[in-house]
Amino acid sequence: MPFSSRIYIRRMGFSVVAALLGTLFALPLVWFFFAPFNARAELGLAIPAPFTFANFTTVFQNTFAMQALFNSLVQAFGGVVLVGAAATFAAYALSRSSIPGKSAVTYVLLLFSSVVSGSAAMVPIFLIVSAAGLIDTHLAVILVFAGGLLPTAMFILRDFIDAIPRSYEESAMVAGASPLQAFFDVALPVIRPGIVVVVVWAFVNIWGSFLIPFILLRSDSLMPASVAIYSFYSEAGTPIVTLLAAYSLIYSLPVIALYLFVNWKFGFRFFGGIKS
Amino acid sequence: MASVEFQNVSKSFGAFNALPDISFSIADGEFVCLLGPSGCGKTTSLRMIAGLETPTSGKVLIGGRDVTYLHPKDRQISMVFQDYALYPHMNLADNIAYPLKVRGEAEDKRHARAREVADVLKIGDLMKRLPSQISGGQQQRTSLARALVYPSQVYLFDEPLSNLDAKLRLEARGFLNHLQRDMGMTAVYVTHDQAEAMALATRIAVMDKGRIVQFAPPIEIYRRPATTFVANFVGNPPMNLVPAQAAIIDGKLQLRAEGLDVTALPVSDTIARAVGAKSITLGVRPEHLRIARPDDSNVITGELFANENMGPESLVTIERKDAGRVTARIFTDDEIRVDKTVRLSFDAEHVTLFDSTGARIPAHGE
Repeated sequence: MPFSSRIYIRRMGFSVVAALLGTLFALPLVWFFFAPFNARAELGLAIPAPFTFANFTTVFQNTFAMQALFNSLVQAFGGVVLVGAAATFAAYALSRSSIPGKSAVTYVLLLFSSVVSGSAAMVPIFLIVSAAGLIDTHLAVILVFAGGLLPTAMFILRDFIDAIPRSYEESAMVAGASPLQAFFDVALPVIRPGIVVVVVWAFVNIWGSFLIPFILLRSDSLMPASVAIYSFYSEAGTPIVTLLAAYSLIYSLPVIALYLFVNWKFGFRFFGGIKS
Repeated sequence: MASVEFQNVSKSFGAFNALPDISFSIADGEFVCLLGPSGCGKTTSLRMIAGLETPTSGKVLIGGRDVTYLHPKDRQISMVFQDYALYPHMNLADNIAYPLKVRGEAEDKRHARAREVADVLKIGDLMKRLPSQISGGQQQRTSLARALVYPSQVYLFDEPLSNLDAKLRLEARGFLNHLQRDMGMTAVYVTHDQAEAMALATRIAVMDKGRIVQFAPPIEIYRRPATTFVANFVGNPPMNLVPAQAAIIDGKLQLRAEGLDVTALPVSDTIARAVGAKSITLGVRPEHLRIARPDDSNVITGELFANENMGPESLVTIERKDAGRVTARIFTDDEIRVDKTVRLSFDAEHVTLFDSTGARIPAHGE
């Protein structure tokens, strides 16, 4: 007998508990995919009968909410480009150059980054943005997000770049490449998987964030989807579950699409250029 | 091709003084190996020729031109890295042709040239593969092809064979030797493998703790090691070193140590002077030791420690009581009879003597 009965019982017990926990967490997700297609959806879980797209039709007629999805894209895209580019250059410099005290700089930035994008700093941020005359612009949202996310992005990327041998760029430079050529031809393609991680992480962060755009923006025409979702509450403050569910599903699609795209396009890693 | 020269070069990393002060010159067409244990400064020296490190002081010259502060890209050199540093996102054709790409060569031209070099190295059929899709030996040849694809003043090698298995390493070593004979290239080759250095170099610089201990042709290093460090580093297995008490009796040198019986070595002036210091180290290469006949005069006696049969030869190691081991390479054609106690003997002409500082004492008649 390779297994004693005690081990069997223990394993069965573990499986049962794991299955129960899994079900518990799966239920809201099941609701999330069922409710949008149910004309009489409530907070309880129910199989749509009849299956309908009526909720979506109503949501699509809400121009404010549709404009908000576009605004979310603008803000997330802007923020991601800024964070991705700046973090790549900064992290590369921090990893490869010999600036005295560079690790201290990284840690201090990392420490303060959680403060900058947190609610504690909302008042100073508002004052700064206001003084800069940027209140109620996409740019304000993009800049504040970039500032908040950059240190962590730099930290992640610097670790990633540290793990990449310098001999890649060194061999390029010995072969006749300028430092800039060595960076773009050799280093950047090798770092790309790390940049993709940072980009996805930044996108998800900006896409789901509520507080910063809510405070920095005034006009309905600029609000992102995370704020516009409140247009599916009745005036009494109760959610219109059918529309909310449909909008939520639409709202989450770009993030899912991004994950799938990245997994398809970059989900592999390179190995074999370096013999260790 | 060009010469390479170091003029009083030193290099410190923070408080660590990697190279205190080093000067040497390598003539056009020489294949020089920098040989030494890890941390001896050989790779740092190589990287300063490449321009990947900048000397703390001193000058580096390539082809008579001062390149001390010149960027690597402007030095017209090629380098093969220990980890190969193949670009993982480029196929072999693009990897090998990359130096031509940065020189502005057109794509079809540079791929044709890359193919030419690859064919010589027998990787021509793999041009569409990524580095991750080829074997270690093929990766090594790809990195070599990338170094050979463009005309270069100096070829630099940073332990290029250390990641290959033993059989491939021998094959690659033979190819490099052939290449050197074919091209007459100026090359600087860093290695900690003395056999590689012996096989490839026209001259070897043996380095220890940031200094060049001896800079000479391989045969000179083998026959007349300048110090006990060189003697102990070169040879496979390295030279046996036996510290002994010396005395000159009746015009003959006598050495005494545990298990050592040497009574009749010829004496020169230099030896006579060194004997004044009393302590002398006797050096004998394993291949110069044989199983002693009863009437042999220069004898080392010890307990048998190991007897490794390698096919054409055997490595017989004996242990002198509390005084270290001595290894002999015995050709198996000779009849080997090893008992518990083994007597090894050697001829006087194969003896190398070192004084108390570890420096070699010039032999009789030198």
